[in-house]
Amino acid sequence: MIPEIGGAAAMVALALAVWGAVAAAVGTRTGRPALVLSAQHAALGVFVLVTACFALLTYAFLTFDFSLRYVAINTNLGTPFYYRITAVWGALEGSIILWAWMLSLYTLIVILRHRESAQELYPWVLTVMLAVMAFFLLVITVAAPPFERLAPVPADGRGLNPLLEDTGMITHPVALYLGFTGLTVPFAFALAALISGRVGDAWITMTRRWTIIAWYFLSLGLLIGGWWSYHVLGWGGYWAWDPVENAAFMPWLTATALLHSVMIQERRRMLKLWNLSLVILTFGLTLFGTFLTRSGVIASVHAFTQGSIGVFFLSFLALVLFTALGLLAWRWDALRAQGALDSILSRESAFLLNNVLLVAAAFTVFFGTVFPLLSEAVRGVKVSVGAPFFNQVNVPLFLALMFLMGVGPLIAWRRASLDSLRRNFVWPVALGALSAAPFFALGVRGAVALLAFVLTVFVAATISVDFVRATRARKRMGERVLPAMGGLLLRHNRRYGGFVVHLGILIVALGVTGSQAWSVQTETTLRRGEAVELAGYRVRFEGLSASEESNHFKVTGAFTVSNGRAVGVLQPAKKFYPQETSPIAGVDYRLGLREDVYLVLGDFAQDGSQATVKLQVNRLVSWIWIGGAVLTLGAMLAILPERKKPA
Amino acid sequence: MRRHAKFVVGGAVIAAALGYMIYAGVTQSAVYFVTPSELRAAPVAGKAYRLGGMVEAGSLRWEPRTLDLSFALGDGKTTVPVRHKGSPPDLFGERRGAVVEGSWTAEGYFKASLILAKHSEEYKAPHDGGQPGYKELMRTLKSDGR
Repeated sequence: MIPEIGGAAAMVALALAVWGAVAAAVGTRTGRPALVLSAQHAALGVFVLVTACFALLTYAFLTFDFSLRYVAINTNLGTPFYYRITAVWGALEGSIILWAWMLSLYTLIVILRHRESAQELYPWVLTVMLAVMAFFLLVITVAAPPFERLAPVPADGRGLNPLLEDTGMITHPVALYLGFTGLTVPFAFALAALISGRVGDAWITMTRRWTIIAWYFLSLGLLIGGWWSYHVLGWGGYWAWDPVENAAFMPWLTATALLHSVMIQERRRMLKLWNLSLVILTFGLTLFGTFLTRSGVIASVHAFTQGSIGVFFLSFLALVLFTALGLLAWRWDALRAQGALDSILSRESAFLLNNVLLVAAAFTVFFGTVFPLLSEAVRGVKVSVGAPFFNQVNVPLFLALMFLMGVGPLIAWRRASLDSLRRNFVWPVALGALSAAPFFALGVRGAVALLAFVLTVFVAATISVDFVRATRARKRMGERVLPAMGGLLLRHNRRYGGFVVHLGILIVALGVTGSQAWSVQTETTLRRGEAVELAGYRVRFEGLSASEESNHFKVTGAFTVSNGRAVGVLQPAKKFYPQETSPIAGVDYRLGLREDVYLVLGDFAQDGSQATVKLQVNRLVSWIWIGGAVLTLGAMLAILPERKKPA
Repeated sequence: MRRHAKFVVGGAVIAAALGYMIYAGVTQSAVYFVTPSELRAAPVAGKAYRLGGMVEAGSLRWEPRTLDLSFALGDGKTTVPVRHKGSPPDLFGERRGAVVEGSWTAEGYFKASLILAKHSEEYKAPHDGGQPGYKELMRTLKSDGR
């Protein structure tokens, strides 16, 4: 029964979404509020029905209903309870359901929050959100139906991709999709502004927090993805410039640009056209990312979900871009800038440059990702550019962005006088420059690493200067130091949330720089009792043991690690899943603030007498996760509702 | 208007720098995808290739003590000998697809710096053909203890 009910629910939801999108539009055009109300009910209906689809699919997973093809492929009788739930979104069909469900949830929250406040924009926002919803429901009903039957019904399923049996896999897609779908909200508002002709600042003010929320989830998703790559994939890295990673990174870059550029519009009434374009671009990139990852267009180590839905996504992307660009052209006259840049030495131009660099970075990532496709189409040879390309082109851009991170928040609006520049930047510049010597003495040699460290000190100093000055100002008003600091964070939570995010990015940058510059690795085969040494660590092979887990067999190695003193026993493993034709590595590691010891078991003799291991000493990697935590805290602070300033 | 000109010039400089960086990046890190037949037809020693094919049955040699891995990649028409330093990655094996990155050497073999095993996620009936001997393998390991 489940497949029939689920399929029917999806189809009814599709009809409701289409009805709602049309009704809201017609209702506002012809001045019939009843139609808009009907669209609202349709959105609620969509939410209920998609929730039902999601629940039914989950139930099918929990009860091992192998009559469903999707369930049979992605689970088997050995799959633990916990992973049976996460397996629901372990592949294409289920992840589209998750996506649709989140989108319907966002639509509901938008209705609750903006029904009254958005006024003329509201019906159009509803139209756009339901139209996007209808697209995903079309994918569910036609291109990637999760409720397809399988006959004959197998006695056992194939099982989840073992790489996905990890806690990171619950949170990573969820966070990422909350980010992706969340970006639909600013997009819907932007289109509503264009359609209704109210291209002023109202839509910006209303979507600002939505953008931060989406950005928060997107960042979280990227970070968890990096952590998953680091501790599951067993290559000792956290970022490979894989197309799947790039797919999520591009909208992150343009959304970051947007978070900054809206401030200029709020403050100076400039960049209307630019902001609308950024929102459209960002939303387009989320669709493009899904197209990249889900169509299998680019062969990739991540491509665990190849399907034939590429055409769907590409057509929808084309439709979205065509419509949006048409609307921009239609409203061209209203979008012309009202303000003008006064000086190159101003906050506006710092932010503008930040935007140019972020979009440039997004473009290079895009270019590098589609380069194999382009070269194949144009020249008939498949040429790819790998990590060296992305690093080479992006490192200068990111260093420049770090520099702007120090300049932007402190430089004056309109025109910075020499005096104000001196007041704000003498200390940070001096500290940054002076820090070069100790870093050099500590062994920081490469130009990039040295520059990154110096810039970190510079930016941290600018943030401190600002914070200390603002705290002092409040102290003069009679507040004590700590309440003054707390008051600053909470009352100007958007500004200081932004600063905390900047600090988090700096810490991540330190981790990335350090791990790229100083990580070392070796690979060797050890007999039992033999040891390998690397960077002061001594790793001795003690033997192998085997065990039977619920859905796989596991061969575990025991390696004692010492570093002058005993560090502990690392137990990297090889896992043999019946549904996989070869084993999967289980990494073991000791994380540390200075460095991680990271051990991967390779090939081994069946009698346990010898084993090949890859030993890595990865430097400063933990700071990436610490910086990530700081960054997300900052974003949360910025999401808090802004307090009204006392009159 | 002068200010406007400044921004135009600034923008042009940034665009030019970006264009140059992309151009330089592409020319330095471009890797050509080839099949064994394509490589055999026009091998250029020292050029970076990404070679994709099937690991030929019976060709896989793995020497744990020296970490020497060698095998032949074929496409049904011809084969290319590949050598690599390091243990075979997960999902790598005979009669399985693999992509290797590296360069052709004057000595007549492909020197791989990176091996990417390719695995299909097509539906397979459970337990068919997967790890036929792995239970025995477990048993030997268990009985051996440490």
